[in-house]
Amino acid sequence: MPVHNDAPRLQVPDRAETTARMKIDRAGWAVRAYARYDRAAVMRIVRAVAEAAHQAAGHYAEWAVRETGMGVVKHKQLKNELSAHPLVDFYEDMDLVSPRVDPARKMVEIPKPAGVIFALTPATNPISTLYYKTMLALLSRNAVIFSPHPLAKTCCNDAAARLEAAAVAAGAPAGLIQCVEEPSVPLVQALMASPKVQVILATGGGPMVRAAYSSGTPAIGVGPGNAPVYVDPGADQNAAARRIIESKSFDNSVLCTHESVLISIEENRGKLERALRAAGAHVCTEAEVVRLRAWLFPEGHLNTAAVGKSASWIAEKAGFRVVPSIRILVAPIEQVGLDEPLTREKLSPVLAWATAESFERATGMAQMILRMVGAGHSAAFHGEDPQKAMDFAAALSVYRVVVNAPCSQGAAGFATHLPPSFMIGTGYFGRSSVGENIGPQHLVHWTRLAWNSDASVAMPDMSGVRAPFDGSAAGTRASAAPRPRPVAVPAVADGGGMDRDLLRQLILQELRELTRGQS
Amino acid sequence: MYNYGFFSFDSKDELLAKAIEYWNPGKTKFWQDAGIDLVIDRREGYFLYDMSGRRLIDLHLNGGTYNFGHRNPELVATLKSALDYFDMGNHWFPSVARAAFAEKLVKSAPGMKYAIFGAGGAEAVEIALKTARYATKRRKIASIIKGYHGHSGLSVATGDERFSKIFLADRPEEFVHVPFNDAEALERALKNRDVAAFIIETIPATYGFPMPEEGYLKACQDICRRCGTLYIADEVQTGLMRTGAMWGWQSYGLDPDMFVTAKGLGGGIYPISACVVTEKCGAWQLEDGAAHISTSGGSELGCIIGHQVIEMLQRPEVIANVQYVAEFFQRSLAEMMAAHSDIFVGVRQRGVILGLEFDHPEGAVAVSRALYENGVWAIFSSLDKRVLQFKPGVLLDAATCQEIVDRMEAAMPRARALLRNPRRAA
Ligand SMILES: Cc1ncc(COP(=O)(O)O)c(C=O)c1O
Repeated sequence: MPVHNDAPRLQVPDRAETTARMKIDRAGWAVRAYARYDRAAVMRIVRAVAEAAHQAAGHYAEWAVRETGMGVVKHKQLKNELSAHPLVDFYEDMDLVSPRVDPARKMVEIPKPAGVIFALTPATNPISTLYYKTMLALLSRNAVIFSPHPLAKTCCNDAAARLEAAAVAAGAPAGLIQCVEEPSVPLVQALMASPKVQVILATGGGPMVRAAYSSGTPAIGVGPGNAPVYVDPGADQNAAARRIIESKSFDNSVLCTHESVLISIEENRGKLERALRAAGAHVCTEAEVVRLRAWLFPEGHLNTAAVGKSASWIAEKAGFRVVPSIRILVAPIEQVGLDEPLTREKLSPVLAWATAESFERATGMAQMILRMVGAGHSAAFHGEDPQKAMDFAAALSVYRVVVNAPCSQGAAGFATHLPPSFMIGTGYFGRSSVGENIGPQHLVHWTRLAWNSDASVAMPDMSGVRAPFDGSAAGTRASAAPRPRPVAVPAVADGGGMDRDLLRQLILQELRELTRGQS
Repeated sequence: MYNYGFFSFDSKDELLAKAIEYWNPGKTKFWQDAGIDLVIDRREGYFLYDMSGRRLIDLHLNGGTYNFGHRNPELVATLKSALDYFDMGNHWFPSVARAAFAEKLVKSAPGMKYAIFGAGGAEAVEIALKTARYATKRRKIASIIKGYHGHSGLSVATGDERFSKIFLADRPEEFVHVPFNDAEALERALKNRDVAAFIIETIPATYGFPMPEEGYLKACQDICRRCGTLYIADEVQTGLMRTGAMWGWQSYGLDPDMFVTAKGLGGGIYPISACVVTEKCGAWQLEDGAAHISTSGGSELGCIIGHQVIEMLQRPEVIANVQYVAEFFQRSLAEMMAAHSDIFVGVRQRGVILGLEFDHPEGAVAVSRALYENGVWAIFSSLDKRVLQFKPGVLLDAATCQEIVDRMEAAMPRARALLRNPRRAA
């Protein structure tokens, strides 16, 4: 009897990687054309894609939850929607396309898009991140290639294809929005190091962000969050509790901006506890905290099964029961920092709660938490005393402190006037290159024409100077889109009617003839 | 010293002397005289490196052999993988690689039934012509004047006299030549119903890619059908996505009785060719399957590479890239032609197959040389030296395409000088 072995007898080279490299080249072509689109054409495409994203927000919210098992459909839908039109609204007046003339400084600034962006999307916020990074890329005239988290690859591929189709239909060159079908760690590493990628937008686990920075390619990577939230005795306790719980329960706490550790003043404990209960929190008993810690951090590491799950589900797994209407679990703890795993990032509706005897001690605790994880990210402050708010923010290694607002939405720019973002820059504290909420302006650099500052050297009037656009031709370039089936590219000779190219060529030729006659 | 491990040369001059002494004095001297002192050393992607270390962008691609570039990493990995398990194989027996590759090829070509393998283009043409004779029981073969189908016994007789007469291989009584783009001439040649096959390159490469006039190829095919002659599409240079479709004949709405493919089918790393035929044409394989035999035809290593080549060409990313490359050159060459209309007078294009016309009987020879001096290697058309063959690869990226155009622009004054005063060239 022959021995049967169904394993391949030949090793097939990794098709995913070579195909992804082809995608990079395709993006290179697309961006070459897109970089010559004018502002009107860009905004037309951006709005069309935002609309497609908006229409499918619910569809992908449901799909993402189904595929990843994380989060809450209606919250994901809201995040997806926020990453479409409201995001564009926010940047409506930020022109990253037209040259700027500054006669006072005798300077002209010409925007130059980065080129090809390689973007990662996490399993926790797959579609909202994909939407958000797509909008950023389109607003700044870049092309983007996504490598989705393997747990969310199917919904991400579908969404990227949908947005790409909407872009092309609105006149964009084909290939601006692409997605890797079979993501893997070696593939991501290979693409990060590709000299044809101009910038990496890394969101995800710490190792991934570090890999982006080590790749040799310019990168914008943001570190993990672990937001401490301080509630001052002077705050409206009910309002603070409501905001915290609303924030913490949102999408089962999968954002990096969610409150992680609540810090309050001892004397105020009873009042705050009542407020928390009233707002839908279950405050755990000592025994429950022991069980919760053991289940959530077996051997000190976060149990990934907990990520994005509901409070009651987690309680049950940990070995105690709460009524299904409970929105978050609050775990009172004695100390913060390395020895208390519950003060790490939990990505689930579990809020650790520490108390301090003074405001100064509370601030110190918050800093201690950030020293462990979450530096450069976010914190929240609930209270009315502006000096305390100032002192709290000045003392902490974070780049945003949300005041009297839900931190998850607030730090991400949806309940504050911070820029709406799914990439919260963690700056130098968090070993990142950018400390603000990442926006399209981070994907453009400017070429500056700078005249001699000496008053005797005049800067000429720029009003008649042509901008580097293909003008309205940009809009008609949709013909560059690949047809679904391979079709022959028409020969120049049988091009038929007088298109713009032909006209331009004839005019050029005529000019040449004329000038030749004169010489 | 140029030490290659297995052998070494002290200098390029020593190599050239040995090439003249032991290999081919005529060919070696021809390039020296033409001012093209190229000896290809390293090669990677769409770049060639001369022994001197000078880099050249390859727009010759040996007629599409390097469609995917030189030593494409995926194809190299495929061949290495294949070598861990297979070798050329035994041509007498059915084999997994041959069956799988034949299926892949046949399924890429609607209407076809069998793939019959060879090692080179001429061999595949040979198979096609023999197949036609079997199927029709006629002996005569028609082809176009200045067509090119290789240098084996039957194939060379279909081509230009330059290559057949020297070996006494021209057989005017059996091989009829008709002018290109003249369907009536073909009709006259076939009307006695004694011609087995009409073989034609879908776009004649060595003739400088003159474009078939609207409806010409279809008319030829119709005439063939009426006269009982088989239509053979030579797709050695027009197949494999180079026209924007997998097979050039598809893009002209044809349904040939047979077509041949070679060159790029082996990815530039392992020779393989195929004659793909309809069920009717393939019937000789039922009567005597061993009527055509070739030890290295359809080697299993080549089949694995060919299989991978077709798979890669079917990826949407490749199809999209071909479009971008084609559109890029369509635009930029039109602009360049406008700026240099005194010498550069025409562009023939379909997909990434281009012929650039220059206003001088030897125009493309001069331009080829000027480009060579500016870091681009593109060859003139042997049978029409007015026309430069310009053959970008299907995976070229935007940056390299732009560099090609920049280098061409830089080469134009030199080309102009060479054309005005060829003697100043040296
Ligand atoms: C159109 C065409 N057919 C056939 C051949 C012959 O192929 P080979 O040189 O592999 O025999 C060639 C080679 O240049 C060719 O261009």
